[in-house]
Amino acid sequence: MHHSSLKSLSDALTAGDISSVELTGLFLKRINERNAVYNCFVSIDEERSLAQAREADLARAAGRAQALTGIPIAQKDIFCAKGWLTTCGSKMLSNFVSPYDAHVVERFNEAGAVTIGKTNMDEFAMGSSNETSWYGPVRNPWNTDAVPGGSSGGSAAAVAARLAPAATGTDTGGSIRQPAALTGICGLKPTYGVCSRYGMIAFASSLDQAGPMARSAEDMALMMNAMAGYDARDSTSLDRPVEDYTRELATPLKGLRIGLPKEFFADGLQPDVAKAVDEAIRQYRALGCEVVEVTLPNMKLSVPVYYVLAPAEASSNLARFDGVRYGYRTSEYRGLEEMYEKTRAEGFGAEVKRRILIGTYVLSHGYYDAYYIRAQKLRRLIAQDFIAAFDKCDVIMGPTSPSTAFRLGEKAADPLQMYLSDIYTIAVNLAGLPGMSIPCGFDSQGLPVGLQVIGNYFREAQMLQVAHQYQLATDFHLRAPSDINA
Amino acid sequence: MALTRDDVQRAARLARIAIDEREADEVLGQLGRIFGMIEQMQAVDVSGVEPMSHAQEVTLRLREDAVTEPDQHALFQAIAPKVGEGLYLVPKVIE
Amino acid sequence: MKWETVIGLEVHAQLNTRSKIFSGASTAFGAAPNTQACAVDIALPGTLPVMNRAAVEKAIRFGLSVGGRVARRSIFARKNYFYPDLPKGYQISQYELPVVEGGTVTIVVGETEKTVRLTRAHLEEDAGKSLHEDFHGETGIDLNRAGTPLLEIVSEPEMRSSAEAVAYAKAIHGLVRWIDICDGNMQEGSFRCDANVSVRPLGSETLGTRCEIKNLNSFRFLERAIDFEVRRQIEVNEDGGKVVQETRLYDPDRDETRPMRSKEDAHDYRYFPDPDLLPLEISEPWMAEVQAALPELPQVRRERYASAYGLTPYDAAVLTASREIADYFEAAAEGASGAVAKTLANWIAGPLSAQLNDAGAEIGESRVSARQLRRLVERINDGTISNKIAREVFDAVWTGEAQGDDAADKVIESRGLKQISDSGALEKIADDVIAANAQQVADYRGGKDKAFNSLVGQVMKATKGKANPQQVTEILKRRLG
Repeated sequence: MHHSSLKSLSDALTAGDISSVELTGLFLKRINERNAVYNCFVSIDEERSLAQAREADLARAAGRAQALTGIPIAQKDIFCAKGWLTTCGSKMLSNFVSPYDAHVVERFNEAGAVTIGKTNMDEFAMGSSNETSWYGPVRNPWNTDAVPGGSSGGSAAAVAARLAPAATGTDTGGSIRQPAALTGICGLKPTYGVCSRYGMIAFASSLDQAGPMARSAEDMALMMNAMAGYDARDSTSLDRPVEDYTRELATPLKGLRIGLPKEFFADGLQPDVAKAVDEAIRQYRALGCEVVEVTLPNMKLSVPVYYVLAPAEASSNLARFDGVRYGYRTSEYRGLEEMYEKTRAEGFGAEVKRRILIGTYVLSHGYYDAYYIRAQKLRRLIAQDFIAAFDKCDVIMGPTSPSTAFRLGEKAADPLQMYLSDIYTIAVNLAGLPGMSIPCGFDSQGLPVGLQVIGNYFREAQMLQVAHQYQLATDFHLRAPSDINA
Repeated sequence: MALTRDDVQRAARLARIAIDEREADEVLGQLGRIFGMIEQMQAVDVSGVEPMSHAQEVTLRLREDAVTEPDQHALFQAIAPKVGEGLYLVPKVIE
Repeated sequence: MKWETVIGLEVHAQLNTRSKIFSGASTAFGAAPNTQACAVDIALPGTLPVMNRAAVEKAIRFGLSVGGRVARRSIFARKNYFYPDLPKGYQISQYELPVVEGGTVTIVVGETEKTVRLTRAHLEEDAGKSLHEDFHGETGIDLNRAGTPLLEIVSEPEMRSSAEAVAYAKAIHGLVRWIDICDGNMQEGSFRCDANVSVRPLGSETLGTRCEIKNLNSFRFLERAIDFEVRRQIEVNEDGGKVVQETRLYDPDRDETRPMRSKEDAHDYRYFPDPDLLPLEISEPWMAEVQAALPELPQVRRERYASAYGLTPYDAAVLTASREIADYFEAAAEGASGAVAKTLANWIAGPLSAQLNDAGAEIGESRVSARQLRRLVERINDGTISNKIAREVFDAVWTGEAQGDDAADKVIESRGLKQISDSGALEKIADDVIAANAQQVADYRGGKDKAFNSLVGQVMKATKGKANPQQVTEILKRRLG
């Protein structure tokens, strides 16, 4: 049952083969048995999950079931969920029981889904390996000495290890796509503004976007149907007509133009990754797609631009964690200033502090124009490159990450090396475009490789079609780590 | 623009993060390398380019002026570090 | 050395919206602590701001009223600093592109009019309140006020005295109430001023170093704080010292300003555009709609009163202190002569406002209606009653002794207060007084003017105040040759 897709779980619930209480119990049992190995979950609340499952069973019995009713979904611990400990992977929020629901959580609740737990993540989503979490690193189910990627590493590992059928993630510079690639699952970062940011703890507000992490394109489409949609409480949420993200899945790809930016296949790309991506492109040609070369000349600047803009926004977004109204407060202090400084020095981890300092510096007097304004101008150039590229193609493809999963601790001591591992994903956030990663092969060590698919604005349904048609012809997405049942 | 330990300490002070000299030196080394990477930005001519603050070219939506939020202070203050008489308590503020 | 004072004001006017600028919590004053601080106001993680349309509309009203440029596109920025009453660790404000730029306000000091230019007006959110009373040595934070919409109105440094600064603050105060964007309640903090004060040698073109005096919440404190600060700065300069740029607080108990201790470290607010809020666009049709809904502005009325009734700038300013007063005046003065209008102005500014003050009532609640006051004033101007008797009539109408527009006439009639203008009767009384006061008559004739006043008084007393004092004077002068 834990290998089943969302669609088949939904069918089983409808057929009465299993109840939501049973299904939820099954996944809770797996989590209890396996979480110690992977450390995917920060909090589990069996009572709460089972209560939701009972409600789902009642709703189903009353004929009020929707596609996800009764299905367990793991929530990244960045989403506020009423009554749930919501830590964002930080000591700062290690005692924060959220008094309200994020819009995304609300949407899953309304769909009748069961929150199966809150997943581990890099602290405040700052990291690419899930090693910055105050709750310890998450291990990659394909190789427990390897990282699962980050920041949505807990969600990715939970789905890969079949501890949850699907999970939510958030992506500021690749935090859905990169861990999806490194754990052999699918992840979609929608167009900025498609999923509400209300109740999603902010890292870099102009880049953050929530999205689904699941095992297939079809499952992601069902997740998107629940997650996406307008929310008046987020000023950047876009008021657009409701979409059915499954609507294009079955359409063949014949005639689709795939753009390959030469910048995606430059130095530093692990040969096994290049090979798997090439293989995937060959498969797409076989499916009737046309391949064109495109260029994204400013993409190389996306890492420096990102490491100005994201820390700048973060330095301001994280100012609210001051020990006054919620969260951690240092135990001993003389005076207000010491309370602030100790609370924040103790409550934040090294990576978060580093980024706050970078952000504070680039916004400070005398540096604002040279760093912040220049980065915003380059952001526009990067976005314009994509707009020009989409004149020539329907989707852009390339690797999600320059390498497969690296070893725990390998890059932890060198922030700059870690930052460069997001080289292929960051530009998409800067442009606000939708981006996706799907499994497309394995390296010589048997670690999964992710294919990145970048769509034009609001073309998520087409991207899901692109993924689904590929998944009809291949089985990479069905492979599971060998030891997950051990 | 070479970063100095003073820059690090000034930023830490603005950000209200206690940092001792040893930590400041360690951070300085890391930040130095990061800013070395960030310096790549200076190589591109950006004259005439409009800064991009938002991912979408849309304008602000306005809400109607209506009171929609009930009093939830008991719920909110249940998770506060220190409260008294309905107030959040902090060490004495000197004006 | 002669010194010149230079003052610029920053006025923070709370906009009288029902809900907050970025959340749906109530802005009502006086609620129990933190009962009107919602998830957004206390900055729970994950919460986001959504702009209140009414706050924007009120900013547009202001911009159009002062003839400023209302920005078609303006930007919200974050001003970053730590303070316990600032829950997000930043204040959402406007920095580079404010909603209003430019504009002017006309002030009246004495009988002189002066135009003060505005730099800008921008939208921002208010902070909470820090309560420093002793909570066992701690400060209590109430966030009910956090997120209340503010319009910060910044003037050019064009005031040259505390009197001008007060006149400017009063003009803005009158205007924001006139156009119904702020209740102007200074006790409740709805209208607060910061004053930027500097001095320079008279004739100098360059500005001296300024000090900012924060949070002046009454016109009297504004005046006194500026006066103290000017004296202090002149003293520093004359002692050979240098004024240091700093933020100061006014202490009304000691009547002095002192530096704010908490603002010691040099601030670097790290302004940047708020990524949570998109650019604010104000369309031409919206602006036209707001323009059409604006009431006739005080400046326009002042000009009308001056041309229609020949009122002085001072009188016109008094009558346009609020829309209610101006409406009352217009109802009373409709079709009146300049002389009657002038007397009405005096009565509205004098006895009527004193009476309202005593009763704690607004002019809209006046128990003497505009038409009743008009009749009363007409009776003064046509010589039926003296100003002094008119007070008695006014009090009687106030207490409801007579009803209707002609209440004053009824009171005059029933109380027999009509002036004795029958010169025969007055001459008889004057003769009696002369006969009974031989000593005063002798003194007057001996050159003592005071004695004459005493004789007038005697006649007035004998007529119970109903004689026309001018007429009595003439009769006595004629009789005493």
